[in-house]
Amino acid sequence: MNATYRHRRRIERLMFGATAGATVATLGVLVFLLGYIAWQGMSSLSWSFFTALPAPVGEAGGGMANAIVGSAKLLLTAAMVGIPVGFLGGVYLAEYGRGSLASWVGYAADVLNGVPSIVIGITVYALVVIPIGHFSTLAGGVALGVMMVPVALRSTEEFLRLVPDSLREAALALGAPRWVTIVRVVIPAAGRGITTGLLLSLARVAGETAPLLFTALNNRFWSPGWLQPTASLPVMIFTYAIAPYEDWHRQAWAAGLVLLALVLGTNVLARFLLRSGAVRSA
Amino acid sequence: MLLRRSALARAAFGLGFLWTSTWDPVALRFGALPFIYGTLATTAIAITIALPLGLGAAVCLAELMPRRLADPLTFLIELLVAVPSVIYGLVGVFVLVPAIRSVEQAVAPVLGSIPLFAGPAYGVGLLAAGILLAVMIVPFIVSVSREVLLAVPQTQRDAALALGATRWETVRDVVVPYARSGILGSVFLALARALGETMAVTMVIGNRPELAASLFAPAYTMAAVLANEFTEATDDVYLAALVEIGLVLFAITLAVNAIARLLIATVRPAPGAARP
Repeated sequence: MNATYRHRRRIERLMFGATAGATVATLGVLVFLLGYIAWQGMSSLSWSFFTALPAPVGEAGGGMANAIVGSAKLLLTAAMVGIPVGFLGGVYLAEYGRGSLASWVGYAADVLNGVPSIVIGITVYALVVIPIGHFSTLAGGVALGVMMVPVALRSTEEFLRLVPDSLREAALALGAPRWVTIVRVVIPAAGRGITTGLLLSLARVAGETAPLLFTALNNRFWSPGWLQPTASLPVMIFTYAIAPYEDWHRQAWAAGLVLLALVLGTNVLARFLLRSGAVRSA
Repeated sequence: MLLRRSALARAAFGLGFLWTSTWDPVALRFGALPFIYGTLATTAIAITIALPLGLGAAVCLAELMPRRLADPLTFLIELLVAVPSVIYGLVGVFVLVPAIRSVEQAVAPVLGSIPLFAGPAYGVGLLAAGILLAVMIVPFIVSVSREVLLAVPQTQRDAALALGATRWETVRDVVVPYARSGILGSVFLALARALGETMAVTMVIGNRPELAASLFAPAYTMAAVLANEFTEATDDVYLAALVEIGLVLFAITLAVNAIARLLIATVRPAPGAARP
């Protein structure tokens, strides 16, 4: 073992130590983030957080019941817009997609995926809010729905592609037309994967704030129907966090904890569902 | 749609919109330069921090650790992608900003005369936004880079090791160069996300439309000004100017995404494929 070699080994240990350090730092951020939010959120959570309306400025207490319901309504609207388009688009790409139209659909989905969420907000503002004349749950839901489409589409497509061709051939050999094969055989086989993918796309938009700022706006009271401005958890967190009231900050932490638990819970659940097989074989 | 809505501003300010630094809603004079500068500056800070960190972690997870350990750890890091940006903002406002403020106060007597570190210690500003963005984009870089590193054929490593290279030299001279364009692609994807990131940045950047050389100075980004002022824009020209900012942002992210896609498409070689 000469000196040069020892030097090279020292450098190796040093650099690999540095990469390990980078890994630990990244994981440390995650642990810190989860721990800090859990700690702050737990101490601020209470029963009234889920049941009460926001208290007037300066008054302690109150909750975010309207924001929770508002978020649920927004997500429902988003699902009604995003899931059909994303799902059908994915089926098209996986089962029929050949040629230039298909590649354009795929490319459009990827571009849409890269569009900053705030730009989607502006577009929906121009397309939905201006014609209606005011901010609404509907507009917010549409904005979130548009954001869902690329994720839902790509995951549906990928899971359908995992279905072995032998299944399709078997169904076709029995005399089933193409669409019956797809509806009765291929889609059920990939059912679990597709459902998980759609859930994940919903979880992704659940925490989106930027596109809601000028579509759903905010509301300190219950929002009746679908055409009134509505509160939502992410926007409430934003408003409360930058407000100068101590009590609001605590509410923001509580809302952050609820939102984070919802989103990460879905992700972990999806991971476990997919582990035991996304696609039924034969 | 964006083009139509911004027509008024484009007619009023022309191309000068892009390099005028006045932003005065009262006098209805608008220039986008402070926002473009803020967006680019925060993104640059974020990439400078995130690239070594992300690449280091990717190398560690792909080359050093056994799969049984690396896979769950990678999943944990990928969870960070799923965390909503408003939550990053929340932590940024209450943890990062006070921390940076005390650092600023500590270094002010020593470094205060250098323009890069000059100015009063607000806490909010370019540095806070840059660090927060770095935290948000590291998981992208880790997860994509690790995948391209894993796609490097084992034969490449074996050949380098057989020539007497240490494992580190193998990584540095063979594996990383082989995966270079894929790694660059991951960086561009992260860039696109950082450019368009709205909420977290809005909450910590300080929201002041000025060109500042100091890392500690409050600034403004394109996405942040949209988030803050869009609902308050009362004048048609004002609104059109904001929409035009959206258009500029859209164009920039589109370009970055296209470059990323090209770079990622050029790798993915067949396993064991030779390479000039």
